[in-house]
Amino acid sequence: MTSPIAGGVDCDLHPAVPHLTTLLPYMNDYWRDQVTTRGMTDLVSQSYPVNSPISARPDWRPAQGKPGSGLADMQRQALDPFQTAFGICNPLYGVQMVFSEDMQDAFCRALNDWLVKEWLDKDTRLRGSIVIPAQSVEKSVAEIERCARDTRFVQVLMLVMGDVPLGKRALWPIYAAAERLGLPIGVHAGSAYHNPPTSVGWGSYHIEDYVAQAQAFQTQLTSLIVEGVFAKHPDLKMVMLESGFTWLPAYLWRLHKFWRGVRMETPWVDRAPAEIVRSNIRFSLQPVDAPPDGDTLNRLFDHMQSDELLLFSTDYPHWQFDGDEVLPAGISQDLVRKIMVDNPLATYGRLKQPASKETTP
Amino acid sequence: MNVQFRAEPSASVSVKTAIADCDIHPARASATELYPFLAKRWHEHLATYGKHAYQGMMEGPPYPKAQPNASRRDAWPPEGGPQGSSLSFMQKQLLDPHNVALGVLNPLNTGQGLRNHDLSAALATAINDWQIDKWTSKDSRLKGSIVVGNEDGPTAAAEIRKRAGDKNFVQVLLLSRNVEPLGQRRYWPIYEAAQEIGLPVGVHAFGFGGNPITASGWPSFYIEEMVGHSQCQQTALASLVLEGVFERFPKLKMVMIEAGFGWAPSLTWRLDKNFERLHSEVPHLKRKPSEYIRDHIWWTTQPMEDPERREHLFQMIEWIGWDKLLFATDYPHWDFDEPSRVLPAGVSDANKQAFYLDNAKKLYGIA
Repeated sequence: MTSPIAGGVDCDLHPAVPHLTTLLPYMNDYWRDQVTTRGMTDLVSQSYPVNSPISARPDWRPAQGKPGSGLADMQRQALDPFQTAFGICNPLYGVQMVFSEDMQDAFCRALNDWLVKEWLDKDTRLRGSIVIPAQSVEKSVAEIERCARDTRFVQVLMLVMGDVPLGKRALWPIYAAAERLGLPIGVHAGSAYHNPPTSVGWGSYHIEDYVAQAQAFQTQLTSLIVEGVFAKHPDLKMVMLESGFTWLPAYLWRLHKFWRGVRMETPWVDRAPAEIVRSNIRFSLQPVDAPPDGDTLNRLFDHMQSDELLLFSTDYPHWQFDGDEVLPAGISQDLVRKIMVDNPLATYGRLKQPASKETTP
Repeated sequence: MNVQFRAEPSASVSVKTAIADCDIHPARASATELYPFLAKRWHEHLATYGKHAYQGMMEGPPYPKAQPNASRRDAWPPEGGPQGSSLSFMQKQLLDPHNVALGVLNPLNTGQGLRNHDLSAALATAINDWQIDKWTSKDSRLKGSIVVGNEDGPTAAAEIRKRAGDKNFVQVLLLSRNVEPLGQRRYWPIYEAAQEIGLPVGVHAFGFGGNPITASGWPSFYIEEMVGHSQCQQTALASLVLEGVFERFPKLKMVMIEAGFGWAPSLTWRLDKNFERLHSEVPHLKRKPSEYIRDHIWWTTQPMEDPERREHLFQMIEWIGWDKLLFATDYPHWDFDEPSRVLPAGVSDANKQAFYLDNAKKLYGIA
């Protein structure tokens, strides 16, 4: 196995909201009343059924409650054993699934404030991602600006399967705000289920939805690149989280071929897609969708033609690896340092700033 | 100028021997060319109501192509009609100069998967009769694909059984984007009939089934639809495997057509990894996804992925298997792959022979 090194950045940790009622103290009277009067149930997404094997490693599953819902567990199971310097929290609570943008906004605000109070304030290693009500660009920008005053928020978080393709121009004010405030956009696996979870309709099984996340990331990269997001926002970084990455080389070979063929349709794409990916897109390490031999993976790294694309992640508490085998076998110590330290620090500019806990208004 | 040049043009293999072209698109010379094969009732219906597909345009594609009919600008037949509509010009431009020994016809825009299932079935029968009449009976190198109205499984199965033993046809043709993912049971009568008559089922990119063509809704550009065929095909294949189609139909063979193949290893690894975790949800699967894919799936090559370093393509093909690829040009479409240019130099003669001809002859049962 490949040994992790101390002082790394874990770019994908999932603290779980115990229940919708946990967020009530972070809502105003109106929304508290809405939740209770209407008898709203917990917002658990089909993307991660609580008892599904992928939703938690067997030895990380607590005796009671949702996996990832306890800070002490996260410290003992992820932060301490991997000697993590910084851990970035990406809450996957199902706030994006509701259809009212007002409700989505209220729940996102509550979720972000809960993250600060229950996690960031309690462990200085932790950093947060701003969950936004992506149905409303205006409300999303306002929430980004509100949360960004706390420098412990280091990223904006969106789902890979949302209402519209991520490159669509209507979303660009979100990207402008993120670029201005030095926040990468993290795109995480999962669906708002406002569209069928695959491009050919609804499958029968959870495993289909999960496998299909990789295809959703591929179509989103196409959208982001060909709409011209990075021509307009050259300093914007985007991080594909829990996306898998072994599909990337062949995907880029195909995109490159079509870009050469029909670039007259999108003339603002003035760099080759692979170049855009190398300068603006990053991928979290887990899951590693490859056979467990160093040879195959090293060939894939060679196909990727860059050692700057991957960012260390455990995907805690999801079950992507066993024991301490978070790093794939057979990769060089240089690459380990890049993945665990150099690449995350280069991506998340705010990790180098002092943590300022200026209270969000 | 945005033109990108390769730093070093790389040497290509030369193709002097016969090849199979497993994706040729024959076109109708006019809108009424099918009418002799279609009951009068449908002539009037089409003129009045159109095809009534699962998308809004009365004619033409919702994502406008980059050139007329997505076809090569040099492929207009001299006698008129759209690209791909003239047998003699196809012989002159494709079959003769490229030494095509086997050409598999995949008619598109036929009316597979329409909202009106009766119309879809009538058009499928007509296009199959037309393939014999205009193409396969006139040039023995050409073989047809049995087009079916796939949203109505039993009727589609009857059309397939009707063609049993007919040497004009070498496969059943489906499209990748349908009302439901292709593994769903509404399509099983098609697989049952194909297995019964011993023909592979080809799944060609395209089609509209009423679903947004990404899992986040409708994208903006033609290039997104084109690149996205690979994602649709991956999802369709995952559905076929996970629904247990190959467990239920153990002799079924399928061909993934015009959606690339470079994605296959990564998808297979991802399926295997998650199958290990989630086996209890799909207990009807007795083997790993990779084993079903290895035994049941072939890929046509066009459009070949285009890596910066071409030796990477070799490594990708090694993961898939030189015995699983079927060469295709996609004639007369604009992204035609020139047979002599698709493989980098250094491929063994045995692999070349398999890639260009023998895999296809074996799969399609051509002596």
